[in-house]
Amino acid sequence: MNRPEFVYVTYIATTPEKLWQALTEGAFTEQYWFGTQIESTWVVGAPVNLLADGVIHDTGTVLEYAPPRRLSYTWTVQFHEVFRRERASRVTFDLERIGPEVKLTVTHDDFELGSKVLEAVSNGWPRVIASLKSLLETGRPLVLSGSEAAKGARQEAVARATANANG
Amino acid sequence: MTEPHFVPKTIYVIYIAATPEKVWAALTSAEFTKQYFFGRSIELEPKVGGSFVLRMPDGRVDVQGKVVEYEPLHKLSVTWRVEWNEDMRKLPYCLVTYLIEPAGEAVRLTLTEGYQWDVPDQLLAGGRQGWPAILSSLKSLLETGKPIVVKMEPPKEMVEAIKKFG
Repeated sequence: MNRPEFVYVTYIATTPEKLWQALTEGAFTEQYWFGTQIESTWVVGAPVNLLADGVIHDTGTVLEYAPPRRLSYTWTVQFHEVFRRERASRVTFDLERIGPEVKLTVTHDDFELGSKVLEAVSNGWPRVIASLKSLLETGRPLVLSGSEAAKGARQEAVARATANANG
Repeated sequence: MTEPHFVPKTIYVIYIAATPEKVWAALTSAEFTKQYFFGRSIELEPKVGGSFVLRMPDGRVDVQGKVVEYEPLHKLSVTWRVEWNEDMRKLPYCLVTYLIEPAGEAVRLTLTEGYQWDVPDQLLAGGRQGWPAILSSLKSLLETGKPIVVKMEPPKEMVEAIKKFG
């Protein structure tokens, strides 16, 4: 059986340097990541925090920082107990220049068996990455609403994870 | 006997800042598809049971099938068989579905490739490589007016597997 993982590829009309900035700077992530700021000193081993409205929702540790090609950090979802009790997973961003575009591959893996976090991030990443692509190409992030937006998405993720746990 | 279900094997979700009308037009009209779908033109008979063709820029048929579901602005489902390669023509049809759903000021577009048989991963490699490029390009086209043009060859693992399974 394949190891559980989430892989998402997209192509963005930008430079690897610009995309790198968008992945690592809080002022940038806040714009496309539905109000989520990323915080880290980006030294291998340093903590990574993802905050929205001043509250830490996810945490991690820097595993790899190789600008502008590869960024990897561990990932623990903190905003609900159903996710928090899982051990940390890992997200990796690979950036590859292809002609005038950048191929971005997001790999989220190293989940424990039956992970609830896997389902939550599988729903979350396409929204975040699509919004990032819009911001870099048009100057405007995506405007989603309800269960698609950050707060609603977190509530929905919890609802799904708890329903599955009980079901 | 009923036909076995098409089991989803590849799913790709993308969010596009456009109306369902725009996204539907981009999926179903050749003027759009030839800009973002590796130059392919779609020919679609707009009804269930109608014919579906994707034609290459040189006029050859790349893919053909039949319309299975046709709900304008919401859902298009077609059977899908690659024709350009003799061995691929021997493979069973798969089912390709586009689902458009509103998501705030954007739409969520979900692409699903389903199979009625236990298709090996190597044969899925072509779609898994192609769809992200095609749908990323569609998003750029609708949001910026300019598609993304990525040159790619069919994955080696797939070409080898086709000889074996075709």
